[in-house]
Amino acid sequence: MTGTGAMPKDEIAISLMDVNKWYGGYHALRDVTLEVKRGERVVVAGPSGSGKSTMIRCINRLEEHQGGRIVVNGTEVTSDLKSIEAVRHDVGMVFQQFNLFPHLTVLENLTLAPLWVKHMPKPEAADIAMKYLDRVKIVEHAHKYPGQLSGGQQQRVAIARSLCMKPSIMLFDEPTSALDPEMIKEVLDVMVELAEEGMTMVCVTHEMGFARTVADTVVFMADGQIVEKNSPAELFGNPKEERTRQFLSQIIRH
Amino acid sequence: MASTTRSGLLGEPIAWAKRNLFNTPANSVFSLAALWLLWKTIPPLVSWALIKATWTGDPAACRAAGGACWAFVTEKYRLILFGIYPFEEQWRPLLAVLLFIAMMLVTANPRFWKRWLSWMWLGGLAVVGVLMWGGVLGLAQVPNERWGGLPLTLILSTAGIVLSFPLAVLLALGRRSKLPAVRAGCVAYIELWRGVPLVSVLFMASIMFPLFLPEGFTIDKLLRAQLGIILFTSAYIAETIRGGLQAIPRGQYEAADALGLSYWRKMRLVILPQALRLVIPPLVGQFITTFKDTSLVIIIGLYDLLSSTKVALSDPQWRSFYAEGYIVAALIYFVFTFFMSRYSQYLERRLNTGVRRG
Repeated sequence: MTGTGAMPKDEIAISLMDVNKWYGGYHALRDVTLEVKRGERVVVAGPSGSGKSTMIRCINRLEEHQGGRIVVNGTEVTSDLKSIEAVRHDVGMVFQQFNLFPHLTVLENLTLAPLWVKHMPKPEAADIAMKYLDRVKIVEHAHKYPGQLSGGQQQRVAIARSLCMKPSIMLFDEPTSALDPEMIKEVLDVMVELAEEGMTMVCVTHEMGFARTVADTVVFMADGQIVEKNSPAELFGNPKEERTRQFLSQIIRH
Repeated sequence: MASTTRSGLLGEPIAWAKRNLFNTPANSVFSLAALWLLWKTIPPLVSWALIKATWTGDPAACRAAGGACWAFVTEKYRLILFGIYPFEEQWRPLLAVLLFIAMMLVTANPRFWKRWLSWMWLGGLAVVGVLMWGGVLGLAQVPNERWGGLPLTLILSTAGIVLSFPLAVLLALGRRSKLPAVRAGCVAYIELWRGVPLVSVLFMASIMFPLFLPEGFTIDKLLRAQLGIILFTSAYIAETIRGGLQAIPRGQYEAADALGLSYWRKMRLVILPQALRLVIPPLVGQFITTFKDTSLVIIIGLYDLLSSTKVALSDPQWRSFYAEGYIVAALIYFVFTFFMSRYSQYLERRLNTGVRRG
């Protein structure tokens, strides 16, 4: 396992090199190359079906890539179980549909992996869980079931659940897309806070405001390819590619 | 509700009947037909089963009274309940049955769902074995050809359910495995066992199976029947569980994967608890079927509850009172299966609290 604290700032946290993926005959990722530095906040944008989610899901091997290489914290992601285990140990993930475990209470959702993956003693796991629940401002619901919480609360619990494993990288797969508009802010606030603490983040989102304020880099994808990659100011203010301009005009229209 | 209508005391029932039984001409016809049927069947049944019934005495007394001959049951209840188990030793199967029922009641309470439950069952089954077999602690040995009645039914069905369950879970997981060999093996197993009737499984277990064993090596007939029931039941339960597994959204698997849970932990902690909850009704249905199907061991000469009732009825003196004998056997089956089905409803309600709100 790699110790995360000792890593220098400039180190590469994630690197994708000519990654290709097919679903049957459908070419989902085409020669995707991307480097994410430690502490860097990357926002991935693009129309639906452009391969954004597929790309970040390849990073922790929820999807298998068929060509190219993916290296996370120095470990290459392969079909080898040891490598998958090492990568998932370092990488947390937040999903569009929250994916909390409905049969467990909020607290049990948070302590499950620390108890069974890290073999942490129960009181310690509960302490850490309560600390993160406090950070996402949801302590008072610790003993409720996910079904009793609002979408925004559930997503904050999901973020806390990932953080309990002390990941050095966080992946967000459209974390606010399934939320009612009035709940988006409470989730984004938590993510902004996380970004300010220096977490390495790769975030697929349509929240361009979030991208502007938080991202170091915005990646625009279309048709399984990275079309353009730049700082948010450059990419939004002065897009180089026609495809990017087109997309931006579409999302700004409403 | 206070009944202050002009028609007085009968007002509400009459209004209810008008609303529910005689609201349309067709319903009125059906209601009248049903009432006529009840009138024709219930009074004679009550008269036969209770008023004219004989509770103790000999067959002659029964015939004289003309009603149900419960005296047959009073006379033969020990044979019905315990089969041909040695008469003086029948406190042992009685104790075994009580122990079974006690363990079932303890297990039924979710408060006791702790690790010690499995130890309790292992210990309990060992005690049942000692009680039934004897040969130690000064208990006379009773070979299992002489076991019978309710204890045998409970042993076959409980062991059948309890031991087939873990096997079924493995089969269900295996059938959804990514490894082609594991998947093929599980599919073959499940389809093979589901493709043959239990009767033929029991026949094979009792007649064909010994032919394949080396000379001088025998496995007890009861054990063979028990194994047959376990293997047979596991195929059905596996398919039920697989149905539950398929209903769990992919996101649950992915969330568990992303947290780094290994396959077995993911299944045990995240997927199976949800999947099994979903399939409680068909699962209990399968348990009830297994409980009742153990009566098929009659064809290989084991004396379960139904067979021992038959034995009791073979007494020429009492032979004509078979209805009473079978009614009692049916009632005993009913008590157990009714408990199971009520329990499954309770469990569903209890496990759903907190989960599906909102």
